[in-house]
Amino acid sequence: MEMIEVENLIKNFNGFTAVDDISFSVGEGEVFAFLGPNGAGKSTTIKMLTTLLKPSSGKLRVNGFDPLTQQDDTRRSFGIVFQDQSIDEELTAYENMEFHGVLYGVDKETRTRRIRQLMEMVDLWDRRDDYVKYYSGGMKRRLEIARGLVHHPKILFLDEPTLGLDPQTRNNIWEHILELNADYAMTIFFTTHYMTEAEKVANRIAIIDHGQIITSGTVKEIRSSTSTGSLEEAFLQLTGRSIREENASSMDRMRLRRRMRG
Amino acid sequence: MIQTIYIMWLRQLKRYWRSKPRLIGSIGQPLLFLVAFGFGFSPVFEKAGGVDYMQFLVPGIIAMTILFTSMFTGIEVVWDKKFGFLKETLVAPISRTDIMVGRTLGGATISVIQGLVVLVLTLLIGFRPISWFSIIPAIFFMFLVSIFLTGFGTSIASRIDDMQAFPMIMNLLIMPMFFLSGALFPIDDLPSFIKILVLVNPLTYGVDGLRATLTGNLSFSLGLDLAVLAGLSILVNMVGAWLFSRIEI
Repeated sequence: MEMIEVENLIKNFNGFTAVDDISFSVGEGEVFAFLGPNGAGKSTTIKMLTTLLKPSSGKLRVNGFDPLTQQDDTRRSFGIVFQDQSIDEELTAYENMEFHGVLYGVDKETRTRRIRQLMEMVDLWDRRDDYVKYYSGGMKRRLEIARGLVHHPKILFLDEPTLGLDPQTRNNIWEHILELNADYAMTIFFTTHYMTEAEKVANRIAIIDHGQIITSGTVKEIRSSTSTGSLEEAFLQLTGRSIREENASSMDRMRLRRRMRG
Repeated sequence: MIQTIYIMWLRQLKRYWRSKPRLIGSIGQPLLFLVAFGFGFSPVFEKAGGVDYMQFLVPGIIAMTILFTSMFTGIEVVWDKKFGFLKETLVAPISRTDIMVGRTLGGATISVIQGLVVLVLTLLIGFRPISWFSIIPAIFFMFLVSIFLTGFGTSIASRIDDMQAFPMIMNLLIMPMFFLSGALFPIDDLPSFIKILVLVNPLTYGVDGLRATLTGNLSFSLGLDLAVLAGLSILVNMVGAWLFSRIEI
């Protein structure tokens, strides 16, 4: 069964086409990497799949639901870790988890059990009553991943989940994610700029540039079609070496800086 | 749905309670106004007609506390946008009306608490309500005014991304609302052009309701005050819910 289906998706912002007629699908239990340079349209696509942004045209299906007309069904189907932080730092880690559970209508008993189990999984249970503002960058990320799972979603969206983290934390976070994928056949849709990461964990990859998907397939397929030795080389060959200007709002940039420091 | 609203309400109260500077800072200004205007104008009013200005002023100062606290609560939405937390609520399977109502009730509760703190302080410096029971309907009016103003501030905040701009826009609205509400002076014998401005100002009806319940001085009727405030509260929250459903990030 296809968990994510995208057909001829287009998004225009005042004359600028951020996503230009893309189509792809992700099957149940797949680990799917969505790669591309800055400003290629990755986050815009994720926002449309997760009901935060309305497409200009095209067809979307998430867990069989239409994010435009079946918003709440769609929202219940996925968990998400955003590119920039989205936890309340003035609350404790546990309170953030609890807040999420209540918003998703998880009943008290189940909620209490799952929160403990998930916080133990990401090694934060002992620090559950600390304010998140005292957490390190890696701890915040782990908390966000755990939070996104409280309602047992079928799909997990991860928008650059390991940005600004050290290799130890990155490996640790991927271990958790792959465990979830193996244990619950949870579909993983992620973006990253670390090509080795994508090479290691993704079943399938799509590379997007200037709003268009330029190639897709397994790592092997992409490497052989470009006759390169690594995904990074293939990526550079396909997308060129010039540095991109991301069209981010001042708000995104500020959040990003905060996270990089944190 | 009730649970959603409750958890959003609870979050705001926790944040408020944990921010001590905010707690203290927000009663400083009303106290300054109370002392400066109260003691400054009391002699003038006494000479003019034997009115006890302190008694007259206190409901106005409580309304002012609520005005500032409620309208500035909206900045939490701007904060949540800036620090990303808003997205957590926007991707959740909950109605935008619940988000709006939860936020409004949270902010309104905080405003009422602030108003009560100021009321207690005025009791200490000599203010006396007509009867102790009158505090109950007064709290009800405080809550109505708070719901309207918090909904108003939150709705505006949903359209604003700029943290620097928000306080400026708020001040632009708050100052005329405060000065043209009858909080500081009686509105019965004003020149007609000022009177029109006062009558279209929603806060006027809040001040009137508060003053009527606390001191027995009424310019309109309690029914009118109630109807205006309740109608506007529903309206701003409906508009707010609609604005929230249109937020794209």
